[in-house]
Amino acid sequence: MSDGSSRPPGRPSAGTARVPASARWRDRAAGLAGLPVALALRLLDPLMAAVQRLIGAGRMPYVFLFPNFVFFGLFVFLPIGINLVFSVTGGPALFPSERPFVGAEQYAYLFDCGSYLDPSSCREDHFWRGVSNTAVFVLFQVGTMVLVSLLTALVLNRPIRGRGFFRAVYFFPVLLSPVVVALIWKWILQRDGLLNAAITSLGGQKILFFVDPSWAMFWAVFVSVWAHMGFYTLILLAGLQAIPSDLYEAAEMDRTPRWRILWRITLPLLWPNMIVVIVLSLIKGVQTFDEVFVLTGGGPGTATLMVVQYIYETAFANQVQNFGLAAAASVVLGLVLFALTLAQLAATRMKER
Amino acid sequence: MRSVTSLITTFALGLAATTALAGPVLAQSVTLRMTWYSDGNEGEVMTDLLKRFQAENKDIAVVLDQVPFKAINENLPVQLASGQGPDIARVTDMGGLARYALDMRPHLKDPAYWEANFGPFLTWMRTAGDTKSIPGFMTQLTVTGPFVNKTLFEQAGVALPGPKATWDDWAKAVKTVADKVQAPYPLALDRSGHRFFALAVSQGAKVFDEKGEPAVIDDGFKRAAQLVYDWHKAGIMSKELWGSVSGTAYRGANDEFKNAQVVMYLSGSWQTAQFAKTVGNAFDWIAVPNPCGAGGCSSMPGGAGLMAFKATKHPEAVAKLMDYLASEKVLGEFYSRTLFVPGHLGIAKKGIEYPGASPEAAAALKVFTASAAEVAPTAYQIQGYGNSRIIFNAVISRLGQAIAGETSLDEAYKRITADVTQQIAERNKQ
Repeated sequence: MSDGSSRPPGRPSAGTARVPASARWRDRAAGLAGLPVALALRLLDPLMAAVQRLIGAGRMPYVFLFPNFVFFGLFVFLPIGINLVFSVTGGPALFPSERPFVGAEQYAYLFDCGSYLDPSSCREDHFWRGVSNTAVFVLFQVGTMVLVSLLTALVLNRPIRGRGFFRAVYFFPVLLSPVVVALIWKWILQRDGLLNAAITSLGGQKILFFVDPSWAMFWAVFVSVWAHMGFYTLILLAGLQAIPSDLYEAAEMDRTPRWRILWRITLPLLWPNMIVVIVLSLIKGVQTFDEVFVLTGGGPGTATLMVVQYIYETAFANQVQNFGLAAAASVVLGLVLFALTLAQLAATRMKER
Repeated sequence: MRSVTSLITTFALGLAATTALAGPVLAQSVTLRMTWYSDGNEGEVMTDLLKRFQAENKDIAVVLDQVPFKAINENLPVQLASGQGPDIARVTDMGGLARYALDMRPHLKDPAYWEANFGPFLTWMRTAGDTKSIPGFMTQLTVTGPFVNKTLFEQAGVALPGPKATWDDWAKAVKTVADKVQAPYPLALDRSGHRFFALAVSQGAKVFDEKGEPAVIDDGFKRAAQLVYDWHKAGIMSKELWGSVSGTAYRGANDEFKNAQVVMYLSGSWQTAQFAKTVGNAFDWIAVPNPCGAGGCSSMPGGAGLMAFKATKHPEAVAKLMDYLASEKVLGEFYSRTLFVPGHLGIAKKGIEYPGASPEAAAALKVFTASAAEVAPTAYQIQGYGNSRIIFNAVISRLGQAIAGETSLDEAYKRITADVTQQIAERNKQ
């Protein structure tokens, strides 16, 4: 019984492969480092065995999930629960026990509208202006983001000179804090900013970008796309590189036009990645706050007021800190995000298939 | 062996040094936290005063947390509501935070001294119906008022309107100046409800009905709102302050004034020290009396108070510190070095010297002190009202929307009334 069949699979026999000395030392070091862990596990053995006897082997995975679940519950489910409690209570008090129960009053107040398409007909018009602005922002931001990211990925997938450099350049803004991004662009766009200096040096008139609602929304979308496109470009680039090259070779042998290759091969095979990009940017778009808040302050008027800014201001910036109303708006936003997350999960599953 | 000996010696010396350093800290049995914001140099002055207090009271350490004004407005109320706030804080919304205030009377050396010197202002720090508690004192009294870039007037060859000039007179004059010298901001008004009411009260706004309940929208208020609206339309005011942000965000024009882009800036006495320091000799600036309207020439009073909070675990130490800071000698030094209008009646009566003030700052303080004598009773009533911030915020938010072109003024009036009613009702839910 000294043949190789008695050895664990995958481990080479002494005669077939020589293990280098450095690897042996590495294994020994790893073994030493792992000693305390092994010791701890050995000490836990009787306890785990007892638990297994008590609940059965089939339920053991839940025992291992439990510690994680405690943290998850503490930092995710508990805040959700507290938020729900706040949304059915009123008044300025912070502790739930001191807040009077008001039932669905906060929700009724939020949804009290003549027409949901006309924010000025709603009692809480700022919320609906936020909803409307967020919808416009998401529509333009996601559309532009997908298009720009796709074009960039297609270019960066080609064997161009300095490809690595350009990939890094496009990804760099992703590493910046949103507040930093917004401040940089604010300095560029303000009355005496770089862009107006350039315009006036060319003989033009200064443009007050943050006073005009259309310009303010345009720059909110532009800055957001500039800051995040690197991330989505990477996802699409990974998808492009996963497309088998023999398909392109076959198409070239058939003298297929380039636009047809793009339309019939690249885009269909990239579609699962595109779905992920669309859904992820949708979720991020709905959650937009910091960049736009620092860049435009939600103005002019309420032209770039987003839902999350509305929630923040209702809960913290207004003089009566209306936690109940803000919590109700958070629940509504949470439901939208939940639906989008389900869509993302479905998209991911589609990609896996 | 020598190395072992030197190692032990080093360790022993290190331990001794650590003990020597930590000794005084360990001897201090109480640590107080004071949250503070600054417009000018008052943070530096307070740091000096606290050092002196701690030298005289070795058992009390005071940590001064210097924060932006936004943190005082937004974070402090949440901290106090959660019972995790500082022991003392410098605040402007005294009425709004009154329910968290500590009544220091049982621990003060001489409550009568406080009543005598801070009496009229203590009502600003008390909840409705409370006529006795002593929660703090005023670190400064303020009055709103305009700063004018005199150099721009001279360059434009336009005469400054006189002492009883109306808002219309000033609006015409600053527009002429701005057009001639290409200044982008003829008139700037802080995006603040408090500042707006300086204009509104001078236009005859009454704000309250006979029962003392808010009745914000009246003819005086409408006259003021229409003026601001029209000034934006006519290019006398730029939308960059009132129209460029949403909600209740504050926007000032300090930087624009310092950069000589503003002809007339309606702000207040608290800016004096800052402008004296930052403008320097760049141009001549002056403070002028509040312009007049149908309701007179009143400015808005206000100020910042140093308030103690009931969540403190050391009320005796808090009162001891407050007694020290509110004493005539210490507070007199504070007002004098910070160029603040005194909120201490005794000091105000005796008069105060500002030896560090530049000629421009000294002249400005004289104008503001004179303006304080013209403050209308309605203006004091607004300042003393516990829900005044609700009114201020509703006005900024809704008027801002009208100026940005989102709503009409009539719609803004309806919204202001609805916002004030809804938010007061929300605050009263217990």
